[in-house]
Amino acid sequence: VLSDFTFVGILLLVATLLPVGGLGFAWLLRPKKPNPIKSSTYECGIETIGDTWVQFKAQYYIYALVFVVFDIEAVFLLPWAVAYNQLPLYALAEVVVFIGILVLALVYAWRKGALRWS
Amino acid sequence: MDATVAWLTSLFPQLAPPTALLIVQVVYAAILSFVAPTILVVGLTWMERKVAARIQNRIGPNRAGPFGWFQGFADAIKMFTKEDITPAGADRIVYNLAPGLAAIGAVMVFAVIPMAPGVIGVDLNIGILYVVAIGAIGTLATLMGGWGSNNKFALVSAFRIVAQLIAYEVPMVIAIITVVLAAGSMQMGRIIAAQDLPFAVTLPVAFLIFLLAGMAEIGRAPFDLTEAESEIVAGFHVEYSGLKFAFFFIGEYLHLFATASIGVTLFLGGWRGPGAAEGSIWGVLLGFAYFVVKSVLLVFVMMWLRGTLPRLRIDHLLDFGWKFLVPVGLSTLVAVAIALKLPTAVPRALALPAANVVVLVISLAAVSQAARRSRSAALRSVAGVK
Repeated sequence: VLSDFTFVGILLLVATLLPVGGLGFAWLLRPKKPNPIKSSTYECGIETIGDTWVQFKAQYYIYALVFVVFDIEAVFLLPWAVAYNQLPLYALAEVVVFIGILVLALVYAWRKGALRWS
Repeated sequence: MDATVAWLTSLFPQLAPPTALLIVQVVYAAILSFVAPTILVVGLTWMERKVAARIQNRIGPNRAGPFGWFQGFADAIKMFTKEDITPAGADRIVYNLAPGLAAIGAVMVFAVIPMAPGVIGVDLNIGILYVVAIGAIGTLATLMGGWGSNNKFALVSAFRIVAQLIAYEVPMVIAIITVVLAAGSMQMGRIIAAQDLPFAVTLPVAFLIFLLAGMAEIGRAPFDLTEAESEIVAGFHVEYSGLKFAFFFIGEYLHLFATASIGVTLFLGGWRGPGAAEGSIWGVLLGFAYFVVKSVLLVFVMMWLRGTLPRLRIDHLLDFGWKFLVPVGLSTLVAVAIALKLPTAVPRALALPAANVVVLVISLAAVSQAARRSRSAALRSVAGVK
């Protein structure tokens, strides 16, 4: 199984040459005349005020929490989906219950207003 | 792959089979990393310009070479000879890694996509899961570029891409699980083999969800909030110039084609078509032609949508993902699971589309009901009626 990934490794190495080679070649061709005005940050022609890396309000952090729940759900569903044809009927009942619980969570988050952009 | 290895060992009998396999793999990796990106980026940028021009009642590029075919090469020369500017105060490591990562992440996806009968980098048994995992690297590159640029527009763009990714990753994975359920495998080869009738016919709702979520994932209009020119100039790549700027677009166009070709593999039968078969060179070439034609058709649909739909607002975008695509995707999954366990007297080719259509009709009815209710509420508030 591990040998399956040899090609992935080879491709990773060869693909790395694409940006490395390209940028190396461009380094030979391009002009290099930096000056302070040129490298100042572009912000619609106005000098940037203050630090860029300010504390930013990530309005969607509750979305992110819901996302984690559904992403883990997806991880649980994949093996179930692969094996579904060999499983008896109770696999269907189990998954309906499983998805039902998650849908309840989604409905709860929805009713609580967690899925509203403010 | 195996056929090429056999041909190589018959040509050079002193070559050991593992060495021959390694040579074939390196050559195929080089084709995927150098030849395919060049052809795809030059071809797709030309196609994008022509399609967008025709939609907007223009002609598009027609000066550089016949029908403007050489426009992409002219762009490449310009990109190579442009000065590279690093903004003052940028996070240099993150800033310089991002464009390369965008291109590498997009190339890596092609490792598990079957291009023609028997032509696939490696048919991993977790193929589609690998695609989902590697596909997220493009988003990471966008985030890194936006964060490292020391520019507030770029930073806002980086935050937007994360919100967009987490809203559309879920429906996309659910659509993929629906396919895995019907095919009974995550292996690309087996998914194609399971499509005697393409899944686009038997699972139309999953196909639509995949297409929309895929477009959102690569950040193309109408989901191009990350580079909204009218709001945040150009977002994460505003500070990039020259070839580093170009690599973001190489990554974007490769990702566009990768999404289209995954859609073709999962829903349109991949390389399958009359006459395409493993064994003979013509069968393989015919399969490759089917694959390319189907993928380009899907790319055309995405360009068409880009040309005709306005950009979504962020709250509409998130609502559409969480409150429409996720519930519809989950109901489709359950409906398909039920349809698969029906007694064998009911043919699957009938039960699966029927389940999909039922889900679609119910969800569209629910949406129009909700829209009517909110419209009448808005009208009442305008009229001042309690």
